Amino acid sequence: MSRSNLGDNILGGEILRPVRGVYITSTLALALLINLIPLPGWLASAMPDFVVVILIYWSVFQPHRIGLLPAWVLGLLMDVADASLFGQHALSYCIATCTAIFLHRRIQMFPMSYQIAHVLAILAGQQAVQLLIRLVASADGPDMLYFVSSLTGAAIWPAAAGLLTLPMRRRAKEEEVG
Amino acid sequence: MQASAPPMFKRGPSLLVRLAFFALMSLVLLVADARFRYLENIRATLSIVLFPLQEAAAVPSTMLGRAGEFFVTHAALYRENEQLKRERLLNGAEAQRIRALEMDNEQLRKLVEAAPIPERQRMVAEMLYETRDPFTRKVVVDRGSVHGLGVGQAVVDHLGVVGQVTRVFPLVSEVSLLTDKTQSVPVQNARSGVRSVTFGLGLGGMLELKFMPVNADVRNGDLFVTSGIDGIYPPGLPVAVVTNIERNVSSFARILCVPAAGVSNYTRVAILSPGPPRPASPLVPASPSAQPREASR
Repeated sequence: MSRSNLGDNILGGEILRPVRGVYITSTLALALLINLIPLPGWLASAMPDFVVVILIYWSVFQPHRIGLLPAWVLGLLMDVADASLFGQHALSYCIATCTAIFLHRRIQMFPMSYQIAHVLAILAGQQAVQLLIRLVASADGPDMLYFVSSLTGAAIWPAAAGLLTLPMRRRAKEEEVG
Repeated sequence: MQASAPPMFKRGPSLLVRLAFFALMSLVLLVADARFRYLENIRATLSIVLFPLQEAAAVPSTMLGRAGEFFVTHAALYRENEQLKRERLLNGAEAQRIRALEMDNEQLRKLVEAAPIPERQRMVAEMLYETRDPFTRKVVVDRGSVHGLGVGQAVVDHLGVVGQVTRVFPLVSEVSLLTDKTQSVPVQNARSGVRSVTFGLGLGGMLELKFMPVNADVRNGDLFVTSGIDGIYPPGLPVAVVTNIERNVSSFARILCVPAAGVSNYTRVAILSPGPPRPASPLVPASPSAQPREASR
């Protein structure tokens, strides 16, 4: 990974500090860690998939720093952790990341409500991909709560985006100087 | 992703090409996994990579549990201790009776020249987590191939059968619960002796006895225990209790039951060692020369 171009570091007219690769990697690792926290059944199905949300965040705001390879590898790890079919999460994460990179200019421009709508669509799309794979493989439909995870994922988007952007904000002093 | 070129130029293959590449890789993996089960080694390797993360992720819930334990009152502990002592006394008496019965049974079996019932070792495993995948009913336990676990071993708790070990990694293993769609257990009605097979129904946490005739001797509240004819589960373990019978839906009765074991609420389970090797199936007649070949087919 090399330095990103300047265009990626402007958010809503504010110039952000360049992102370090370590930061991106560690946020993704943290998301994976949160995904692995054992939870009781109903809560687990309502929890958002943090890995996809963070992947979408980086795809939208740093599309040149993140590729499909990290999405694919994280997907494989989730497949092992979830005992799902090998490649199920990998494929859906790749599609979600690709869609987010494809739409990044549009999503960056939008106000928060439109951003949430886009994120919801991407999350539901990647869940639909997983559903399709499972239906083809074993024809066993999930329950009504299946897509709740997309809703909660979209609901945490503003908080996640705000938190992830925080370390990249320049401090007021810094801004005065440069 | 070389970013050194000015952004107006394309860098590397386009997004769609990359997506196509990774999608193809994923599809290859999916087919290899779903159809041929080739990828268990890769899975095992990745599971070792994941293990420290899983341990770390389990810390908050263990901490919560510890904190809860810390605030248990002295009186509650005392009560529990008293109850456990009472239970131990009862269990001890029961165990002595069983030992006597076992000896008796062994002698009787020798008399009729039946094969002795093999004993099974138990290994206690801690449940790490329930998988998030909403399509399967699986839990991951903290024992793996380094502890001597193998695929197919039966998993029980103090109330009955929990499930079966379906995938073994070096440090952890996946246990498919009875209620998983892929799980079926040969069972026998403890009251009437009717044999059947339970099938997991997946999401509702229920089991179904399939292919039972409409007039089968089954009532609400009947306990089904393992029949042991599969060679995986030892006979006599409680599996399910009948809760609902519909006799006029099709040519078969529709019988629903709930698992006897606490399939979704336990933290520790016992894993039974595999039983003796089964004779090769299909069974060939003892003296092939005595019967014509065609008759045995």
